[in-house]
Formats: sequence, structure tokens, C-alpha cells
Amino acid sequence: MTQSLLKVEHLQTAFRTGKGEVVSVEDVSFQLNAGQTIGIVGESGCGKSVTSLSIMRLLGQTGYIKKGTISLNGKDLTKLTETELRDVRGNEAAMIFQEPMTSLNPVFTIGNQMIEMIQLHMMISKKEAKQYAIQMLQKVGIPRAEEVINEYPHKLSGGMRQRVMIAMALSCKPKLLIADEPTTALDVTIQAQILELMKTLRDESNTAIMIISHDLGVIAEMADTVLVMYAGEVVEEADVFTLFDEPKHPYTLGLMKSIPHLETESEERLASIPGTVPTLQNMPSGCRFHTRCPYVMEQCLKEKPKLQGLDEKMGHQVRCWLYEEEQKSENREEAVL
Amino acid sequence: MFQYMVRRILIAIPVLFGVTIFSFLIVNLAPGNPVDMQVNPYATEADIQTKKEALGLNDPIHIQYVHWLVNLAKGDFGYSFSTYEPVLTMIVDRIGPTLLLMGAALVLAYVIAIPIGILSATKQYSWMDYFTTSFSFIGISIPNFFLGLGLIYIFAITFQIFPTGGMNTLGNEGGLMDTLAHLIMPAIVLATGIAGNMVRYVRSSMLEILGQDYLRTARSKGLKEFFVVNKHALKNALIPIITVIGVDIPMLIGGAVVTEQIFQWPGLGQLTIQSIGSRDYPTLMAINLMAAIAVLLSNLIADMLYSVADPRIKYN
Ligand SMILES: Nc1ncnc2c1ncn2[C@@H]1O[C@H](COP(=O)(O)OP(=O)(O)OP(=O)(O)O)[C@@H](O)[C@H]1O
Ligand SMILES: [Mg+2]
Repeated sequence: MTQSLLKVEHLQTAFRTGKGEVVSVEDVSFQLNAGQTIGIVGESGCGKSVTSLSIMRLLGQTGYIKKGTISLNGKDLTKLTETELRDVRGNEAAMIFQEPMTSLNPVFTIGNQMIEMIQLHMMISKKEAKQYAIQMLQKVGIPRAEEVINEYPHKLSGGMRQRVMIAMALSCKPKLLIADEPTTALDVTIQAQILELMKTLRDESNTAIMIISHDLGVIAEMADTVLVMYAGEVVEEADVFTLFDEPKHPYTLGLMKSIPHLETESEERLASIPGTVPTLQNMPSGCRFHTRCPYVMEQCLKEKPKLQGLDEKMGHQVRCWLYEEEQKSENREEAVL
Repeated sequence: MFQYMVRRILIAIPVLFGVTIFSFLIVNLAPGNPVDMQVNPYATEADIQTKKEALGLNDPIHIQYVHWLVNLAKGDFGYSFSTYEPVLTMIVDRIGPTLLLMGAALVLAYVIAIPIGILSATKQYSWMDYFTTSFSFIGISIPNFFLGLGLIYIFAITFQIFPTGGMNTLGNEGGLMDTLAHLIMPAIVLATGIAGNMVRYVRSSMLEILGQDYLRTARSKGLKEFFVVNKHALKNALIPIITVIGVDIPMLIGGAVVTEQIFQWPGLGQLTIQSIGSRDYPTLMAINLMAAIAVLLSNLIADMLYSVADPRIKYN
């Protein structure tokens, strides 16, 4: 059995705020192998970015990991010192951020920002680093790379900036690439190109990718496994085919129904999940989704369901009482037989 | 860029005219006149009138102004009404000490204030931050004369570490260490307000920058926090800080007048006070003109630096 590259176990991440501590990510666990892609979906504010920032340990001054372990290549990232982390960041694990327009420093040239990173992790001269940076820019499909390298970010479009971010993130050949909504800010054609690019690079260098999106189309396109998050928790995990074929959790079902289809009659309204995500300050007791769930039962209000594997497929896990019942009854039937 | 500078300089010309007209009016509106200020008790009314006539003080004010302007155009600043020396000579004699004092104060203020401002921002809400913000507030609010007199009392009179005033010990002109000893206290007084202001500026502009996405990117590359702050954040924070330089120069000029007077520093500030006392119109006008030019120039320089620090700004 191969050891997985990234193993997140029972991650709990919180922030200190003026109103006290808020827990943004609750008990998140997953694994990722080299060359594989995991997708994380969920509505805005459900903790996708915080999960990825926890892995990079870039939670800022107010955020901290309360519980859990994150092991990358056998190292527990939650235990590393700031100095040890600097060897991991940009080198073993790199991240592409959600906001391409503001993720590059406006007062330094593209070249300066890329070379800085390359020289941090590779023992090469500035001149070589520049040549290498140009190659990386060409690789991500930036035309006139020799000129672009001397430009300041404001001269580039959002799509170009995101390409620069990707080129930068990939320049030190990370084993893990975290892409937080890499295409959300971009228009559809550019979006397809960027995804294509990430796939090519993954296949070339066997990089593990963690891709975050609230767009199920992107997830279907890219991911091998999918985590569905709701209000800081994982509510369902499955391989991409299973998830799209037989989604189990009422929240996932809701998400699926809200995808627009071409064959949908124009008069027919797109389904949406009623209500909004509860705020972290007043999280409902029991199942966090019960306030919006069409199948809510008595039990959901009081007890919190666990994330549990469905019998038939070991990889498919759901956090919902509906299936708990199913399992129990199945077990009972088995016992009777 | 060159075109822009030329345009700015051309715009400055009418501004300077305005400033000189305005200050000419103010100077002449002040009660008393140069002759009254220095008559000896034995002078007769006729003597006074002759003197006034000779100095051109009996002409209507606009004629006087035009007169002054025409002479200025010829490069003639006129003669002092009180010492009868050429105004230009007096200013040339005095400008060195003033530039030395201002330069020392500016360097002192920035060298201290910028690192403190950065530190205060990176450690927001720490005791250090509270300490520096309150201290810088005191620095801004404390009047120069009060701080100056306080320093003189403590360091010159009680402990006798520094001289009470002047630029050199009598009979010891030109000694570098001696000048330095005389310079320290007035430079500190002049620097205090500017440093206080600067700390607050640096702190608030760093605070705004420290939350930016691109710093997270810099950290995600594995960069040391020291460089994240002092390279990536600082260069962005410099952009608003540079504008303060344009504000600091006028503050410095105003401060120098008071500070030089307190410490008997032989510069333009002291000359200003003396000239006001004797209603020395030509000298006052020359000093005003120079101050106005200095302010306009410092604003122009600030704008130039602005475009150097921020690649997004291009003047044309
Ligand atoms: N620095 C912070 N301080 C306090 N709370 C925070 C902080 N950063 C994130 N949060 C909270 O954590 C929760 C999860 O945020 P996160 O950014 O992970 O959402 P997301 O799933 O990435 O959403 P989106 O799709 O909008 O990017 C949110 O409720 C947010 O308010
Ligand atoms: Mg996010």
C-alpha cells in the first residue's frame, strides 16, 4: 500500500476575532496521493480557503490550528517551526490564490517576484533563474515571455496574472499544488485553458493537486475524489463518478440540482437550496444543515451525525442521519438472516 | 516626465506671483514701519519724512510692489532697511546654518520614525504599539518652544552637557565636534514634530498594506518574514509616505523660525524674527519668496519620487 502524500486528520481551524473565537473548519480529514486530484466544493464561506490555508500554515496572525494533524510526505506540518515551514512553502507545497488581481505585488516586476522564489529554493544564479523563469512563463502559455518578465503586474490581464501565479507556483516543482478557485475570477475561455494547463502539468510531473471551487463543472473536469463541505464540515466524500452518479447528502443533492443544464426548459427555474449558510457564531445544534434540509427529521435537530462510510463503497462517506438509519436497518436485516 | 516637470514649473510661476503679492500686502499691513522702528529719540519729524521718502515708503503700495518686482527681475533683492547690507549677502550668510539644521532634523526624524512606524504596525496592539502611538502623539502636540526650553533647562543648564545656543563656541569657529554639539538639541526639537507625524503615517500605511493578498503570496513562496515586511510591504507603504515629505518641508520651515530663535542658531529663521521686529520689508520679502520656492520645489520632488516608487503612476 502506498503512503499518501498528504494526509489531513481531524483538522480544526479557528480565528480569534473581536467577538471571541470562531471555528471555521471542523474535523476535516482526507488523503491525497501523488498525481491525484482532490476537489473541494461548497458554498461561499464554508471553509474551503481556510482548509487550504491551514495546510500552508498561512492563516495570518489571528488564525490557528486548534486540533488535528496535516502530514505532507511524513512531516507533520502543524508541528513545524516557522523556519522549517519556509522550506516547505513554495518548494514542496505551493499555492495559487483565489484573487489573481491582487496576489502579485504591484511594485515589483513579474521577473523580480518569480526569481525571488526560484532563488529561495534552487541553488542557481540570478541569470539562470531569469532564464528559468522565462521558460516557466512560456510553459504556461504566456506570449512574449521575455518582455512580460520585465513588466509590472498592472500591465497584465487577470488571466495573464493567474498564469504567472501558476508558473510561479510550479517553478520549484512542488509535490503538492493547492489551487484555491484558480479560475473563478476569469472568463470561460481562459478558465478552460487554465484547467487544461494544470492537467498537463500534473500529468508531466506527477504533482498532487488540491483544487477548490464552488463550480461543480470545474470539479467534474479535474478531480478524482471530491469533498463536499458545508459550514466548516465535510458532509460527503466520494470519487468523482460516484458523487455525480449517486450523491447522497441532501446538501450535495441540492448543489447538483442547482447546476444549469442546456436541456433545461427555459421556463423551468433552476433549483436553489433555500436559506443561507448559518454564521459561525450561531451554528445550529445537531446537524448543521438541518435548517435548510428538505428531509429534516426529529433526530437531526438534536444529534450531530458522524461522517460514515456507506456499506457498499468504502470510499463513499456521508454525514447524514438518513443513511445512518439505512445502515442500521441493513445491519439488523443481516443479523436476522 | 520631462514635459510634466516643465509644465509643473510653468504652473508654479503664477503661484509665486500670488504668494509675493499676498506677502507684500501682509508685511505692509503690519502696524509700524521700518523708520518708526529704529528712529532715535532726537530725530525730528522732518528727518523721519526724508528717510521714508528715501526708502520709497511714501509711494502707494502697488508702486512699491512693482518697484520690488522690477528690481528682483534684475536679480536685485535690495538692501536691508535695518543693516543696509545687500539682502542677498545676508541670506547667503544665513542659508548654510539653516540647511544644516533642517537637513539634520529631517534625517534624524526619518531614521528614527520609519523603523518605529514599521515595528509598531507589525506589532499592532502590543504595548510597544501603544507606547509609540501615544509618544508620537506627544511629539506632534508639544510646541517647539516648550520642548526647546525644556531641553535647554535640563541638558544645558542643569547637566551642562550641551551648550545653550549658538552654532559655535566663541573663538572656536569651524570645529566639527563643536558644531555638532550645538546642533544636537535644536535638531532634536525640530525633528520631534516631524518624527511624530511620520511614525503615525508609516504605521497607518503599513497597517493598510500588511493585510494585502500579495504579502500572503510572498509568504507562500517561503520568504522570510523580515523580507515580507521590509521589502514587499515597505515598498508599497512608501508611496503614501512620500507625499508626507511634501508636507514636512513647510513644517520644517515654520519650525526652524521658532527653533533658531530659541537656540540662537544663526540661520534664516532667526533673521526672519529680526526682520519682522525691525519691519525690514526687503529682507522679509526675500525670505518669503525663498520659502515659497522651497515648498513648491519639495512638492514637485515628492511627485517625482511618487512615480519612481509606484510603477503604476506615469506622468505625461
Ligand atoms: N481571518 C479571518 N478571521 C475571522 N474569520 C475568518 C477569517 N478568514 C476566514 N474566516 C471565516 O471562515 C469561514 C470560512 O471562510 P473561507 O474563506 O474558507 O470560505 P470559502 O469556502 O473559501 O468561501 P469562498 O467560496 O467565498 O472563497 C468564513 O465564515 C469566514 O468568515
Ligand atoms: Mg475561498
